[in-house]
Amino acid sequence: MTEAVFFYLFSGVMLTAALLVVFHRQPVYSVLALLVTMFCLAALFVMLGAYVVAALQILLYAGAVLVLFLFVVMLLNLEPDAMARIRPWRRTGLSIVVALLFCGQFLGLLNRTRAPLAISGDAGPLGSVEELGRLLFTTYLLPFELTSFLILAAIIGAVTLARGMWKRE
Amino acid sequence: MITLNHYLILSGLLFAIGVMGIMIRRNVLMILLCIELMFNAANLAFVAYARAWHDATGQLIVFFVITVAAAEVTVGLAIAILMARQLNSLNADEADLLKW
Repeated sequence: MTEAVFFYLFSGVMLTAALLVVFHRQPVYSVLALLVTMFCLAALFVMLGAYVVAALQILLYAGAVLVLFLFVVMLLNLEPDAMARIRPWRRTGLSIVVALLFCGQFLGLLNRTRAPLAISGDAGPLGSVEELGRLLFTTYLLPFELTSFLILAAIIGAVTLARGMWKRE
Repeated sequence: MITLNHYLILSGLLFAIGVMGIMIRRNVLMILLCIELMFNAANLAFVAYARAWHDATGQLIVFFVITVAAAEVTVGLAIAILMARQLNSLNADEADLLKW
């Protein structure tokens, strides 16, 4: 019963914040609304028993990726001319139709899954650090090492692009 | 009683809102932000299935998705900054130099 209350509370706040991300005019408020969405998502992760993933979501996603976004939005916000040319209300109707089509297709997918599994109650050692660490270093060792290559490629790409930006000035 | 379908419907709604955002917003940074919203929707679906099937692989995939999203945001924001300096505008419609 209390789980249902918390689920609807967090999902309501999350969907409201997601709509604010899409429909708010000012970009800084959109980024902050996405921050609220990610915090609610972390709360839902905790309800699903994924404690490590919830902590990683707040630390990495909300704490690093969104902060980077906020930096760039505030950096590029210094040019009022670039921001003034934005008219976000052009394709609202078509996008709502597309979103409804997607939701309908998704609902069709839902009814064909197996018997709906109840996921309340204690998760046991499912989302603990030991379980994820064991999987990460035995079964999924190769993807783990490959993500380090991916991060290296992203760093090299970002530094190369930044060098080009400084040269042009 | 909250079942798996509740979380999947929530994930689908979040994803649909992200798709709407990509179609509506013209600012490049806001399009990237809506892509992040879609990532989060997929993460929710992964974690819900991981709990339903009692398999921690879904949570591990979320770990990788967060890492990939961080790498992609890094390069994407660098490209957006370069585009802002080059074209003097963050409007996605004005980046049409490659159009025929």
